[in-house]
Amino acid sequence: MLLNTISNALSTLSEPWWKVFYDFSSLTRGIDEGLRSSMSEFWAVTVEMLIIGVVFLLFYAVIGLFLVIAERKVCAFIQNRLGPNRIGPFGLFQTVADLVKLLFKELIPIKNADSFLFNLAPYIVIIVNFMVLAALPYGKGLHAIDFNIGIFYVIAVSSMSVIGVLLAGWSSNSKYSLIGAMRSGAQIVSYELSIGLAIITVVILAGSMQLSEIVEAQRTGWFIFKGHVPAFIAFVIYVISGTAETNRGPFDMAEAESELTAGYHTEYSGIKFAFFYLAEYINMFIVAAVASTLFLGGWMPFHVGNWESFNRIMDFIPPFFWFFGKTFFVIYLIMLFKWTFPRLRIDQLLTLEWKYLLPINLVNVLVMAFLVLMGWHF
Amino acid sequence: MDKTQLGEFVKSHKPDATVTEGRQYTEITVADTELHSLAKILRENEETLFDFLVCLTGVDYGDVFGVIYHLRSTRHGHMIVLKTKTSEREKPVLNSVCDIWNTAEFHEREVYDLLGVKFNHHPDLRRLFLDSSWGFPLRKDYVDDINIVSK
Amino acid sequence: MEEIVKEVVIGEQEEYIINMGPQHPSTHGVLRLVVSLKGEIVKNIEPHIGYIHRGIEKMCESITYPQIIHLTDRMDYLSAMMNNEAVCLAVEKGLEVEIPDRIKVIRTIMSELSRIQSHQLFWASYGMDMGGQTCFFYGLRDREKILDIFEETTGGRMIVSYSCPGGLMYDIHPNFQKRVKDFIKYFRGVLWEYDAILSGNVIFRERTIGIGTLTLEDAVSYGITGPSGRASGFACDIRKQEPYSAYDRVKFNEVLYTQGDTYHRYLARIEEMRESMNIIDQLIDNIPEGPYFVKMKPVIKLPEGEYFQRVETARGELDVFIISDGNKNPYRVKFRSPNFVNLGVLNHISKDFKIADLIAIAGSLDFVIPDIDR
Repeated sequence: MLLNTISNALSTLSEPWWKVFYDFSSLTRGIDEGLRSSMSEFWAVTVEMLIIGVVFLLFYAVIGLFLVIAERKVCAFIQNRLGPNRIGPFGLFQTVADLVKLLFKELIPIKNADSFLFNLAPYIVIIVNFMVLAALPYGKGLHAIDFNIGIFYVIAVSSMSVIGVLLAGWSSNSKYSLIGAMRSGAQIVSYELSIGLAIITVVILAGSMQLSEIVEAQRTGWFIFKGHVPAFIAFVIYVISGTAETNRGPFDMAEAESELTAGYHTEYSGIKFAFFYLAEYINMFIVAAVASTLFLGGWMPFHVGNWESFNRIMDFIPPFFWFFGKTFFVIYLIMLFKWTFPRLRIDQLLTLEWKYLLPINLVNVLVMAFLVLMGWHF
Repeated sequence: MDKTQLGEFVKSHKPDATVTEGRQYTEITVADTELHSLAKILRENEETLFDFLVCLTGVDYGDVFGVIYHLRSTRHGHMIVLKTKTSEREKPVLNSVCDIWNTAEFHEREVYDLLGVKFNHHPDLRRLFLDSSWGFPLRKDYVDDINIVSK
Repeated sequence: MEEIVKEVVIGEQEEYIINMGPQHPSTHGVLRLVVSLKGEIVKNIEPHIGYIHRGIEKMCESITYPQIIHLTDRMDYLSAMMNNEAVCLAVEKGLEVEIPDRIKVIRTIMSELSRIQSHQLFWASYGMDMGGQTCFFYGLRDREKILDIFEETTGGRMIVSYSCPGGLMYDIHPNFQKRVKDFIKYFRGVLWEYDAILSGNVIFRERTIGIGTLTLEDAVSYGITGPSGRASGFACDIRKQEPYSAYDRVKFNEVLYTQGDTYHRYLARIEEMRESMNIIDQLIDNIPEGPYFVKMKPVIKLPEGEYFQRVETARGELDVFIISDGNKNPYRVKFRSPNFVNLGVLNHISKDFKIADLIAIAGSLDFVIPDIDR
């Protein structure tokens, strides 16, 4: 039955296999039709969900491990080092080895910890990550759930990860963890505002909250160019607060190594620590992916006005790669911040948000609304 | 002030003090009861103004303990050495100079820790390096069969 | 005298007490600070030290003077050259030995190189304390070059034991002058990176300017010497006050600031690296010819008396106080180590600042824990 489905799906691909990167809808439609023809609708949907789940699990692991090695390479590049280079070509399998090591490590039970919440916290963080990943458009036709309030869903769900962090800090029954978690709470709640307002600026410009429509609206030009200065300001604010939201340097107050040893995950060991660690990188990926979807045109290629030949060359690069190219560009930016700036202090961090970013953002939203109202954008 | 002038200055305030011209500095030996008042004079008088306690050393002299203060004036640039001895070995007590030089707080804790000399009026006199169950290792009669190889 | 017994109350009940150390990434060793917090505000700090107390002063009482040299390396391992020199100078002063110029000049060059590498490590680890981890690699990259020079001449990288009573252990390596000159040329070229990545950074300046201010009066009263004291305007450079070795024949500035905050304690060290390079510049080309060792008696016995020698290490004033009873081993040796004294001011200047500031302040005092514990 499964072979039947796969052959069905492949037979729909009349073109060479690599053409699928230009448009995934024929592949997904093929799988869907193949399943529905061989079983009842209930089972078809169930199997589809399972497939998507497995694909996301694989994607999660691969992207997480890749980001860890990428960060180590970027950091080594900045610090005049080589970085990991022993395991596999260019040390590419270093993180796989690290993960295997973490899997084999003992999970140290904390005597006075609230063990239920202590064990629950990493899963909350991971589950939230998965929920957000499902709503992102990765390429043409490669979109698991296309909500009509997609971006709203992304903000709402991603802010739930603070619960995991707070639980981790509180249930560890450790002083450093608690301070780290409290800082993290204050920080994420504050920066959520800036992220929200920066996104609203884009939503005003796009006129929709559906991610596929936002991407579609950028067919004629990315929002960062379309929206004049306000869109650019919104992009800068988004990247700053996105960095803060993921608890990364220079805003890594929650796990400030030199102050709080490791912040909220001080007491975690083995694979539970790895969950937090991976979640941090996936969060960074999510922030970058949302930035590229909202400001840099998602999977839309780079087009310039009526330069026909240039646009055709750009079209030659599949949308799938455009999306990941842009996302990794933003990730590289975020990594550069971490490895070149010293850490802020908690009160300076909150001052930055409440006294600078928030007022600028509010004015920015007004300016953008005015621009859209007058039709002054491209 | 040079070495002789310093000696005369101390003599004029504390006639009982012994003044010797050392190899490097003027050395004053005073009784334990006199020490604090002499230190205060040396610190506060405009001509001497010893505002920097360079070094505070505790010494085991066998029968009694001694404490040696090296003082320096940041304005005049002269140095002087104050020496004092406790009155007994069993319960060695001196007056603290913490109120004159803040740095004495740590120095005196160290002397208490390693020699067992107590300092009155010290704000926080506790053992510094060692556990309270240790003896006082800088005393000459300290015995440690394991770590000290006696020849 | 009678003993006055009084009760000591530590901390208050409603404060949140955390143990910073002995295993903490930014205490740079086994220093334990018991910090009382109100929210994020530091209310009281109690340093608990002695985790690596080795009783160096006690050990010195049973060994000979040349042997003491090897113990001094283990105190402030970043200023090993200066520590060695301090004991040598004290012993030579006691024996009234005339030291040839060659030895003096080499000792001075070595001390200044040692000072530079110590400040480089300070810069590296301070950057890391502040969350800029790139600094660590930049600092260590340059420090390696000095350690290589040390290794070539002395055989050791940190624990060098190079000076000994009467001169030096070995003569300098034939490459020494060339390598030092190469290093100075190289380091002048990269020192701007230090400013670019940390001193000029907005976040760094925000976090350090006006934090942990130490006034001149307090600096003198707490006896804070070295770059930390000079940042408060306390002119405490022994190299100027009582020039030893070859410091009387070189021109250099004493780096003095008046602000006394964390930023200027940091800046004083960066500037001192430049001054040290100036000193080396003036000496490296004219190292006099001559013996590197003065013949001493096989057993060194100091005449009865007290010998006090002050030396400027990378962290402040190191005093060696030797009381001799005429034997081959000293009656009492006291090391007034700069870090031990500087630790005393930590509570005073970091009260009412945040935990993050405590890290910045403690980092700017540049502790080396073995020097505190001895």
